[in-house]
Amino acid sequence: MPRTLVEKIWERHVVLREPGRPDLLYIDLHLVHEVTSPQAFEALRENGRRVRRPDLTVATMDHDVPTDPRPIQILDASARQQLEVLAQNCRDAGIRLYDLDSPEQGIVHVIGPELGLTQPGMTIVCGDSHTSTHGALGALAFGIGTSEVEHVLATQCLWQAPPKTLELRFDGALGFGVTAKDLILYTIGRIGTGGATGHVIEYTGPAIRALSMEQRMTVCNMSIEAGARAGLIAPDETTVAYLRGRRFAPSGAAFEQAAAGWLALASDAGARYDRSLVIDAAEVAPQVTWGTNPGMVTEVTGRVPDPASFADAGARRSAELALAYMGLKPGVAIEDIALDRVFIGSCTNARLEDLQAAAAVVRGRKVARGVRAMVVPGSQQVKAAAERLGLDRVFRDAGFEWRESGCSMCLGMNPDLLQPGERCASTSNRNFEGRQGAGGRTHLVSPAMAAAAAIAGHFVDVREWQA
Amino acid sequence: MKPFTTLTGVAAPLDRANVDTDQIIPKQFLKRIVRSGLRDGLFFDWRRDPAFVLNQPAYRQARILLARETFGCGSSREHAAWALKDFGILALIAPSFADIFYNNCFKNGMLPAALPAAQVDRLFAAAAAQPGLELTVDLAGQTIRGPAGEFRFEIDAYRKQCLLEGLDDIALTLQHAAAITAFEQARR
Repeated sequence: MPRTLVEKIWERHVVLREPGRPDLLYIDLHLVHEVTSPQAFEALRENGRRVRRPDLTVATMDHDVPTDPRPIQILDASARQQLEVLAQNCRDAGIRLYDLDSPEQGIVHVIGPELGLTQPGMTIVCGDSHTSTHGALGALAFGIGTSEVEHVLATQCLWQAPPKTLELRFDGALGFGVTAKDLILYTIGRIGTGGATGHVIEYTGPAIRALSMEQRMTVCNMSIEAGARAGLIAPDETTVAYLRGRRFAPSGAAFEQAAAGWLALASDAGARYDRSLVIDAAEVAPQVTWGTNPGMVTEVTGRVPDPASFADAGARRSAELALAYMGLKPGVAIEDIALDRVFIGSCTNARLEDLQAAAAVVRGRKVARGVRAMVVPGSQQVKAAAERLGLDRVFRDAGFEWRESGCSMCLGMNPDLLQPGERCASTSNRNFEGRQGAGGRTHLVSPAMAAAAAIAGHFVDVREWQA
Repeated sequence: MKPFTTLTGVAAPLDRANVDTDQIIPKQFLKRIVRSGLRDGLFFDWRRDPAFVLNQPAYRQARILLARETFGCGSSREHAAWALKDFGILALIAPSFADIFYNNCFKNGMLPAALPAAQVDRLFAAAAAQPGLELTVDLAGQTIRGPAGEFRFEIDAYRKQCLLEGLDDIALTLQHAAAITAFEQARR
């Protein structure tokens, strides 16, 4: 019987299958960071349990990390404690840790693919919802809570019921100046924040095939914002080319053998999905969110919607609350929204291609007066690669801050925060109330759109600058 | 883990859709290294409004939260479940829950019960008519009872059994250590 990519990966990882309970699923790679792991390690100690496979567990410091020049003294005592506790837990258990002294430290979902730890066909978990990012390489990767972090540390397995599958097929091609970020924001706007709840999304179609690996990561990263357990893309030659030569990928003949196996993972012709949706990629324009969840989004050439235009009473009420929080009036042109801050960073959009796209817009221009703009590379390796290309100078010359790697103002657990009422164009993934700082107002956009907004001081259709 | 069987208590109505875990427990409370003591962080920003539902005298002892669709979306932070539990809320009723939050509830002996939106509407209407409304959630019978009637909710049989018995699933899994080792060896 023809099988989907998800079914193929799943079947290879079932340790135990008995009637009346979920499958016991083996986990190939467990990624750990400082915020969601301390309680898990503590519970292991309390129960006299050990980490079963430290060799399949990899840790980094990212969420709490200041982005000031290193070496840094961490002034926030709670953050410092969390980082120290992670370091101690990793030492005790023999887990590899990319700490602040490491030239390979970075956001967990940036360094996994970058180091070649993430490979097609794997099962990958992390105590972080954006673990879906790793699906770009054809891995089944999903976020878990701390209790499940503890469970994986102790057993290298999880009890999981097979997920439903949702095929999102993107026909056609993205238009000029339209990016992977616009594609996924548009999609979430179409299906809603709960549109894929209970499902794993497989992204298919020519518009997906045409994306680079880093662009695919942006798409898969935001699967969770549509409610999906995970999102993935079948491995192809783009995937193989990306992994060749990566530090933890196989090498030599073993690589060729592995690559043949990866390419065979693609869903079979005629494989059945629980749901399918076809989207014409040519419909997608540069997107800007106007509300307080990623589904509240429109085109840059559009206007802030009037809540009264929503037929559903719940949606109307949500839009009213969102506009009140965002300090926006119905009917305002998106391009007339002025900004205080610009953030280029996060596991969604802080890879080299993202920084190159932003730098191409910024080159030779200046950040608008009154706007504070920052670039936070996703990892030390991204930062070093960007500096080799001189991108740091492009950003600095324009008036951007060029900072050290970490999650930074995506979630504001470090000192990078919006002040109450400040309005920010952000390449991150969540525009929830207070996400970037209590009272802060977040608009999600692509790196090129964020760069253009920094220069103009308000949103602009970046396509007009690129023509 | 303490078993969950039947719960009778005040149901607090939180009439907002897509409540994300950043609202349930904001970032500053994620820097802790223990699971306890998070009740003060629960809905921290919204609780600055004296009119917020959990600030109202009728709901300070709430044991059940009545919510709208896609409750608990966003971040995987289990702190959201810990904070609700620390406040005293052990059951939630909504038309739908986000997957990771839903799962996290079960790991903490809490019951998220999904009901059709029309039935949730009726419960909201009943709560509006009678502030401090009490409901009874019966896991074994899979019912929610109150003045608005009795509603049946669906739940996976295995999750139900784990909650009813308060099972420690790591201990359960470790009983299968031989199967895990055999799987690892077969893949070498």
